Amino acid sequence: MLRGLIITALALGMLGANVGTINMQQLKDATQNQTNDTLYVVNFWATWCKPCVAEMPYFRQADEKFKGQKVKVVFVSLNSTKELAQVNKFVADKNITQQVHVLDAGNPNVWINQVDTNWSGAIPATIMYKGGKKVLFREGEFTQAELDSIIKNKTK
Amino acid sequence: MKKLMTLAAAFIMLAAFKPAADGLHTGSKATDFKLKNVDGKMVSLSDYKDAKGYIVVFTCNHCPFAKKYESRIIALDKKYKKMGYPVIAINPNDPVAAPEDSYENMQKVAKVKKYPFPYLFDETQEVALAYGATRTPHVYLLQKEGNDNIVRYIGAIDDNSDDESAVKEKYVENAVDALLGGKAISTDFTKAIGCTIKWKKA
Repeated sequence: MLRGLIITALALGMLGANVGTINMQQLKDATQNQTNDTLYVVNFWATWCKPCVAEMPYFRQADEKFKGQKVKVVFVSLNSTKELAQVNKFVADKNITQQVHVLDAGNPNVWINQVDTNWSGAIPATIMYKGGKKVLFREGEFTQAELDSIIKNKTK
Repeated sequence: MKKLMTLAAAFIMLAAFKPAADGLHTGSKATDFKLKNVDGKMVSLSDYKDAKGYIVVFTCNHCPFAKKYESRIIALDKKYKKMGYPVIAINPNDPVAAPEDSYENMQKVAKVKKYPFPYLFDETQEVALAYGATRTPHVYLLQKEGNDNIVRYIGAIDDNSDDESAVKEKYVENAVDALLGGKAISTDFTKAIGCTIKWKKA
């Protein structure tokens, strides 16, 4: 009985994702404000954004490839907070093991500039932090080769 | 030499990913265009002899944000066309990248949703490039001054794409109202999340 429950719980844990919302301060604290030597790769995406979904495997593969080298990929979904279930399903279906959050930050006209003043608001957009400093911002997608070479360069 | 090549590579990358780095700013003169409407006729800003200005909206069929704003774009036209500010909608997307945004699909959507405004196809993407549009929906509010069209507002329609009833600031309406009332526009530029314009692959 107990064993059955544990197995069920494990299976559920594996099937269902655990994506929650994050506000701007929490996101900053988890990435930008970390003063260690880890490279934080923060990718802004949404389930409805085709080019975002297309480039997600590049980030996941990079995260795998640079596992021993202090790289942390954080996916920040800009889906509506009402679409949390949809994001959880997406993450579970794709078996995404990296951190995923749904941003809950209010008026985009305010928080987009807090991320980067050069950002128009289009996604995908990616920002990298290391040692408490912004080391890259890009509005637009990467190829796998570009992403790998940038990460390689920034983790040196 | 290596440094120069890295620089050149960086420049090429920038050029490839920031096609809209220049574009228009508040106060710029907007260029007129001649684009095909869903009814097959060509449309230019100068066709609207009695207009005081234009609410130019880069939008499309496929983007969920554009869909969320569709009824609000229709409402803008219904409210402001008679006051001299018609909506001119432009789809700048490459249908190869976004098949839902083909000219034929634009015609279908415009018919089904009874668009009261022209829905133009920026097939060469030159207008979106010249204006500096980056996403859909992306609004450029223009005011006629003699033979020129001056940009008065660039940005989002309002501050809440998700929930129209929770909107606090109607950026476009506030800006048009200010122009109509001869007042200064308090917010003349805003940012919003949106779908990237699907640029043609070079």
